[in-house]
Amino acid sequence: MLKPRPAANNAIEVTNLTKYYNGNIAVDGISFAVTKGSFFGFLGPNGAGKTTTVRMLTGVIQPNKGKALLSGLPAGSIEAKQISGVVPEMANPYIDISAWHNLMLMAELYGMPGNMAKERAGYWLHEMGLFPRKDNLVKEYSKGMKQRLILCMALLPDPQILFLDEPTSGLDVQSSRLIKDILRSLNAKGKTIFLTTHDMDEANQLCDYVAIINKGSLVAVDAPEKLKATTDSRHSVEVSFGNPIELDSLEKLAGVREVKKQGDKYRLYTNNSGQLAISLAKYSESNGLTLVSLNTLIPSLEDAFVALTDKEETDNG
Amino acid sequence: MDKKALFQQVKRALVIAKKDIRIYYLKGPVVIFGILFPLFLFLSFAVGRNLGIEFMMPGFLGMVLFFTATAISPAVAPMETQLKTLERLMSCPVTLPTIILGDVLASFAFGIVISLIPLMVGLGLGISIYQPVVLGLGMILAAFCFSALGLLFSVAPTSNTSTIMMLSSMVKFPVVFISGIFIPLTNLPDWGKAIAFISPLTYFTDLARHCLQTSGHLPVWVDLGALLTFAAVFLILALKLHQKTMPRRV
Repeated sequence: MLKPRPAANNAIEVTNLTKYYNGNIAVDGISFAVTKGSFFGFLGPNGAGKTTTVRMLTGVIQPNKGKALLSGLPAGSIEAKQISGVVPEMANPYIDISAWHNLMLMAELYGMPGNMAKERAGYWLHEMGLFPRKDNLVKEYSKGMKQRLILCMALLPDPQILFLDEPTSGLDVQSSRLIKDILRSLNAKGKTIFLTTHDMDEANQLCDYVAIINKGSLVAVDAPEKLKATTDSRHSVEVSFGNPIELDSLEKLAGVREVKKQGDKYRLYTNNSGQLAISLAKYSESNGLTLVSLNTLIPSLEDAFVALTDKEETDNG
Repeated sequence: MDKKALFQQVKRALVIAKKDIRIYYLKGPVVIFGILFPLFLFLSFAVGRNLGIEFMMPGFLGMVLFFTATAISPAVAPMETQLKTLERLMSCPVTLPTIILGDVLASFAFGIVISLIPLMVGLGLGISIYQPVVLGLGMILAAFCFSALGLLFSVAPTSNTSTIMMLSSMVKFPVVFISGIFIPLTNLPDWGKAIAFISPLTYFTDLARHCLQTSGHLPVWVDLGALLTFAAVFLILALKLHQKTMPRRV
């Protein structure tokens, strides 16, 4: 499932990509493919190898083994970089010059003609809500404005493939929502988007496919809904009572595998959430409790992520 | 790499040089420091001694060129590491040699432009340039050589600018004292000459004495050849070592 099948339709093809740092393995022979025009999420906990992978794909570092192709071009080559836009995780624009000068710098580094560069820079600054402050020094920008500018810089050369490493991390809701809306519209126009994130909601909302990486190895590559379906055991019922209750009494209900207290609610994991909801209603009635809320929950992408990464930890002993 | 791609990379190196000049060089303190620091260092030696402007100018010109061309170039890589702009640059369609060449070109331009100021002042005070073409060629080679040396100082993959500046100062100050600036090569004992020959600044100062005093010690072609060799060696070393350490900066 994880082996890429070489195809003209692939925007990204990764085969046995491996990276060591000081003898420690950071990315362990991963292989996958991303079809053109898809929105691909690359998920994993901190230190899993997400950023190292993006850096190898964008030519910032060289792999120790394996290869990666972007639209058939070797990753890291000038030609591959020319068709890629990058929003690195820890990168900044130049803060001692204006947003406009940052964009013109990018345009010149990508060899764009002057008029086209100015036209596109104006367009993206408008789209990102930065045009009125285009001549301000970037050091006067907020974090959200800087991140929007970095996205402008990545989009300026009209790349076929856009790499984004945690683009909304630590941003306010408006900036985050604006960036997500723009990414959706870019994807709708046919751009291939490679997004690394540890925000499961974000991946669930945006991605056609996700890959999960843990400790340098890929543990799954599939559509978010299919990944959720692989974790049936994470079906649950969330219940809240108006009166205090004993946790033990909930654990004794038929079909309950695990109970977790979450604030003023209890989350009960089961294989049959419908039956458990009925049992809870009866339990509430027979014990004279006030039922404040009762929701059946299907597994989230986060549940799938936790289940898959936990499974790998268990398998590895 | 074919010719077209090579030309494209050279153009992009100029873009990087323009960026460096705009961000790091065009600052009042940097420009003033480029002139004042060598001036005061030189005056501390010259004041109280009966030295003519013709004698002082070659050494002073050498110091200004040396200090300006190595002033900022060692700091660019650590600053870009610290400000986290380097990764963005490395993901653009440029090669590592293009980035290095851009940094060298910025430093080169700064060194040449600032060095023209004392030369103009000297001309105003009555000095003559006996071999202007040779002096021009020497300044170009020396500025390139010293800029590449500056890049060599910053190969350690640190984001700590002060560490790099301390390291570069540890090299730069002794170099000034062994390079025939304060005592011309002709007047140095043999052991002094042997030490002086390991410094690239020696050859530029000697060349400047040929051009401004007609009293150089080595043949002009030796001075030019040595500067060219040092420039090539420093540039190749800077490229090789930065190639090794650059990935550790991100």
